[in-house]
Amino acid sequence: MKVTLFATCMVDLFQGNVGKATVEVLERLGCEIDFPEAQTCCGQPAYNSGYVEETKAAMKKMIQAFEHAEYIVCPSGSCAYFFKEYPHVFKDDPVWKPKAQALADKTYEFTQFIVEVLKVKDVGARLNGKATYHTSCHMTRLLGVKEPPMELLKHVKGLEFTELPNKEQCCGFGGTFAVKMPDISEQMVDEKVEHVEETGAEYLVGADAACLMNIGGRINREGKNIKVMHIAEVLNSR
Amino acid sequence: MAMKIGTGEFNDRVGTGIKDSFMRGAVSSAQERFQSRRLSAAEELGNWEDWRSHGEEIRQHVLENLDYYLYQLSENVSKRGGHVFFAQTAEEASEYIKNVVEKKEAKKIVKSKSMVTEEINLNAALEEAGCDVIETDLGEYILQVDDHEPPSHIVVPALHKNRQQIRDVFKEKHGYDKSDEPEELALHAREKLRQEYLNADVGITGCNFAIAETGSVTLVTNEGNADLVMALPKTQITVMGMERLVPTFEEMEVLVSLLTRSAVGQKLTSYITTVTGPKEEGDVDGPEEFHLVVVDNGRSGILGGEFQSVLQCIRCAACVNACPVYRHVGGHSYGSIYSGPIGAVLSPLLGGYDDFKELPYASTLCGACTEACPVKIPLHELLHKHRQVIVEKEGRAPVSEKLLMKAYAFGASSPSLFKFATKIAPTVTSPFTDGDKITKGPGPLKAWTNIRDFPAPNKENFRDWFKNRPKGGAN
Repeated sequence: MKVTLFATCMVDLFQGNVGKATVEVLERLGCEIDFPEAQTCCGQPAYNSGYVEETKAAMKKMIQAFEHAEYIVCPSGSCAYFFKEYPHVFKDDPVWKPKAQALADKTYEFTQFIVEVLKVKDVGARLNGKATYHTSCHMTRLLGVKEPPMELLKHVKGLEFTELPNKEQCCGFGGTFAVKMPDISEQMVDEKVEHVEETGAEYLVGADAACLMNIGGRINREGKNIKVMHIAEVLNSR
Repeated sequence: MAMKIGTGEFNDRVGTGIKDSFMRGAVSSAQERFQSRRLSAAEELGNWEDWRSHGEEIRQHVLENLDYYLYQLSENVSKRGGHVFFAQTAEEASEYIKNVVEKKEAKKIVKSKSMVTEEINLNAALEEAGCDVIETDLGEYILQVDDHEPPSHIVVPALHKNRQQIRDVFKEKHGYDKSDEPEELALHAREKLRQEYLNADVGITGCNFAIAETGSVTLVTNEGNADLVMALPKTQITVMGMERLVPTFEEMEVLVSLLTRSAVGQKLTSYITTVTGPKEEGDVDGPEEFHLVVVDNGRSGILGGEFQSVLQCIRCAACVNACPVYRHVGGHSYGSIYSGPIGAVLSPLLGGYDDFKELPYASTLCGACTEACPVKIPLHELLHKHRQVIVEKEGRAPVSEKLLMKAYAFGASSPSLFKFATKIAPTVTSPFTDGDKITKGPGPLKAWTNIRDFPAPNKENFRDWFKNRPKGGAN
């Protein structure tokens, strides 16, 4: 199956390891990966800050970059959700609305694609230790992907899973929120880190690089002994 | 108290809120209690999503036909001998009520909980006229006794206080010398309040739902205080936001079910009080004179626009109880009597961006509010819509942000430039990089790195890795 990777700017710039793991897991499952060089960023940082018109040019470039794709797979719930928002953004544009709809229709979050399209629950991964999982707001509430990551983690050999208390609560990232309202964001991420610690887990796993950058950044600053892993990295562990 | 509460800048209020560990303890435990009760009350119905859709449909129908239902309501109140006054502004509403009170030569007024009377600053107007105004909702009463402290939550106004603090308020103001057991505290307030009802000349209530078909007004309470406010004083005045009505009792029943389950996780509250006009011959109690004051105060400006759905609100505060930002800053940080996500959407609409422009940014757009709303108001989308208006129509965004966003938008719309950025990022950031992380970022990154690490850019370019990797190497 031919899969077009929407890596996200986070992976492209900062989290290359997540991109590598995503590619390797999908290839191992028999997918042929294509990476359109023209991809940039989905546009959320500016769009969510209110710069809707300014963002449209970037969104159009993304629509063009992925026009040829059969399946678009993205290792971030939030960015995948935002592709699904494109038709809404271009709702009054007769030229771009159908193109945006086509893009949205073929977009899948990484774990959703594996479970719902490839129909695989056990990718043959092994990771020894105790893990907890951060659910990510956009992925669960807005994209509606809740079960697939759980299904996949359940089948990772050696992994003991423990649920995160108050798991549905936002980690305090919120894009520019983290720098616009840093004091509130700090309280939120601190509460999240406390809950992660309460579980006694060695690994904090998530499906959204941005949330993990926030929680992980705080965990590292505080010198906590918890390893932060994207679910693609967990599924790529042998 | 008008809609705007407190003084100082938004950030200072937030700073005060964050440092208030008593308040934060009270708020987070209340949030968790309300949330879990709400979820089990919703689950019990079995088809909560259908209920939500039904609630949304009713509210949208009313808003689409608001002129028709307001006319019907007004006709039916008048037919029963009540007086109806449409107030375009807060001042008009307060002035009308003051006139009624003055005509009655009223000295003592009892009130049941009402956000709209806070919004129109009614108590101040009545106190100016020399009246003694007593709040009878327990939470409101506590705040009133505590030097008129403003509410921090639209359903549970004294949510930010724990029972020890409430005992201290009663001790300081009333010489209360009993324990901080809720029963004893409530008994103290009850003893104080009972006499006030009997002595009151005028009763003032808010309105959960007015019923257009019958000209009735419905109030939902757990303390029964609205019953007494409506039944005992000779004159009754009900104040309602102009959107707070339903066509018939049938829709009222649906919305009350949604309201009580969403607000406090109850199937029904202890009291649901409905009054239709003044007392008629043969009635044992009820007011001799009934006034209904319908308050616009900016609402008609919201109708028909992109924020119309906010008027679907039934003031249950489920969004407030679900909000992770409210959890840490408390209600007073919002600087409005309407706090939490609904307050962050509504306050700038009713009170303007000058006072409330920060509120739409006090959200991570996590969507917890939208998910909790029993009438499906897309709250996080409305918060985003405000940001768009602030940036694109009002031109109020800071210059530094505008430049940054322009640069971002330019980079993200130019694939070659973006690709170039992925190549040069490690070099550009090298002065700030410490191994695999940035601990002291420049510019806007500083706010991030003050409390957390930021990852250093990829050492090995991801695109190069992808191109050069041995195919099938992973196997």
